[in-house]
Amino acid sequence: MIVAKQKPLSELTAMLDGYRNVLAVGCGTCVTVCFAGGVKEVGILASALRMARRLDGQPMSVAETTVQRQCEAEYIAPLAEGLDEFDAILSLGCGVGVQTLAERFPDKRVLPALDTTFMGLPTEQGVWEERCQGCGHCVLDITGGICPVSRCAKQLMNGPCGGSQGGMCEVDSDTPCAWQLIWERLDRQGLADRLLEIQPPRDWSTSRDGGPRRIVRDDLRLPPPEDV
Amino acid sequence: MTAAETPFEPKIVAFCCRHCAYAAADLAGTSRLAYPPSLNIVELPCTGRVDVLELLRTFEDGVDGLLVAGCLPGRCHYLAGNLHARQRVDYAQRWLEDIGLEGERLRMINLSAAMGAQFAELATEMAETIKSLGPSPLGTRRAAGEIPTTGCAACGDPAPLLAESAHDRGDGR
Repeated sequence: MIVAKQKPLSELTAMLDGYRNVLAVGCGTCVTVCFAGGVKEVGILASALRMARRLDGQPMSVAETTVQRQCEAEYIAPLAEGLDEFDAILSLGCGVGVQTLAERFPDKRVLPALDTTFMGLPTEQGVWEERCQGCGHCVLDITGGICPVSRCAKQLMNGPCGGSQGGMCEVDSDTPCAWQLIWERLDRQGLADRLLEIQPPRDWSTSRDGGPRRIVRDDLRLPPPEDV
Repeated sequence: MTAAETPFEPKIVAFCCRHCAYAAADLAGTSRLAYPPSLNIVELPCTGRVDVLELLRTFEDGVDGLLVAGCLPGRCHYLAGNLHARQRVDYAQRWLEDIGLEGERLRMINLSAAMGAQFAELATEMAETIKSLGPSPLGTRRAAGEIPTTGCAACGDPAPLLAESAHDRGDGR
């Protein structure tokens, strides 16, 4: 899932300075599951903003709604009705949700309430860890299902480095060394000898180095209207 | 005595677990132990039912203080409801301080059903704390007619939910 966290209230009140009527929009998918932008979090943040602004002597109305999926135009289209009465939209979606709203409603100020942080999973209740950076060329088949791109601070493809200390990363003593984990996993599977094969330098053009990425599936696209 | 001279009687809500604090409040009453009459007790099946959203909205509605009263640690009928409640109270206190309200306006206490005297004592202590802090600056919202004009004209709710909600169903929140 995409994991995000709410921005500090002070940052949001500064961002919303001058607005008097705001629509807070949550998202029912990833940010609901990571407790950052679902129905309940929208309610808590909206209540906090209303109280903070009232105490500042600048009351602000914050209406609340949550769409099932903020990152697809079809799901946010119903928001168009009644949007005129709001000065701004405060999105509790991930960065994709914020931009989907901004693209769908270009005349409206759309502001982010969350800091989108990473793609990851909950390792225990209340704890989330990064597992994927969307590098565009998955190597989990080589590394025993443990991602060196997202979990190794140096993104090494032939690790570990000399900073691996007792199975932990030198960057943070609470972070396991990804390459230690990879070695242990492959050893457990009887495949440790595969690590003797040196991996060539990665082609990072599939990742952020190639600029914004785009996937086109011709089999899924709608036919041109003149052909219908 | 004019309204201005009326001593401040804090409006305090107490969310009480039925298995302990609610029974303790009952025991305090049958034992003729006085506790502040301005304490509004809400019976819950367990303090684990308390959510941060309800805590904040109670303050938004203008309460001066809020008490969450659960079972003694290790004695929850649902094993850990009181421990979850403690975590949520701590979290809500941080919200209150970020908002600009004193965190002391929200407090969690732990009692057994036999601790009627302690309930009366802690409730009185809470009332004294709130008296020293003064009325919640949010408490005058409705009295001052400062409900935002964009709210619901029918019920005065400043933040009607757009999605399906109690507001839409017409039974309030």
